[in-house]
Amino acid sequence: MTTLEMVRRRAELDAKANGYFLNPDSEFLENILEGLRVNEERFGYPACPCRIAVGSFELDRDIICPCDYRDPDVQDYGACYCCLYVDSATYEKGEIHPIPERRLPEKALKVFSSIEEEEKKSQLMAGVVEDARIGRILFYCRQCGYVVFREEPPYICPICRAKREMFSEIGPLLETGGT
Amino acid sequence: MTIKRVEGGRTDHKVFIYALSTCGWCKRTKDFLKEKNVAYEYMDVDQATREEKREVGEFLKERNVPLGFPVTVIDDETVISGYKPEALAEALGL
Ligand code: SF4
Repeated sequence: MTTLEMVRRRAELDAKANGYFLNPDSEFLENILEGLRVNEERFGYPACPCRIAVGSFELDRDIICPCDYRDPDVQDYGACYCCLYVDSATYEKGEIHPIPERRLPEKALKVFSSIEEEEKKSQLMAGVVEDARIGRILFYCRQCGYVVFREEPPYICPICRAKREMFSEIGPLLETGGT
Repeated sequence: MTIKRVEGGRTDHKVFIYALSTCGWCKRTKDFLKEKNVAYEYMDVDQATREEKREVGEFLKERNVPLGFPVTVIDDETVISGYKPEALAEALGL
């Protein structure tokens, strides 16, 4: 069972580790934490409470809290999409506003199409390395060497905080089996 | 049926919210209307059946509404996406 306290502590630790703050409006914060708790009970992972999740780990992976969009959103807007994590300026101002959605609409649309179909497609894609346009590819951070297998490179390197431009593909190397 | 109704003194407009039960901005939107004593109906789409979800998806696509929550529809005509109290107040003549 996931308790609200567990969710809160996890968020607090994560905020601290990344130099963020939690939403200064305690009522609003309580709502988001409760949303995360409900989603974790429901899906087995804390899917973003302000987005619609499919309920399949593969398809929801980018919106598992802290989502892929948090770091660039806090950087650009001072808050993540749900306004769970905020930067120090937003925290001090004590005022929160909705921010635009960065996640591609195609991803959310999957919820409304046939779930079985999408899952099959994504499982197929996970095994396909050669078609970079539809499948996942290996990216590496040229600054610190972090490697990630995704549809697109991360916005920010989770290890060294390098920008997206620092990521390069290593797909072709795999195809030929190295040298 | 996943549609719920919240009673209020103001019934001059038909107000419908596509919301998520877990989302903070959706709650703000519902609270705002409640506070203004506006009667409204809503659907928590995360709790909807698959068939209902498909219908919601079609509606949003048809109206070209960005895929985010909440989406407030006033008199089947005005679509307000996101938590926008000023836009709500204006559309409802508050
Ligand atoms: S938007 Fe915020 S609360 Fe939602 S998943 Fe991302 S980091 Fe978590």
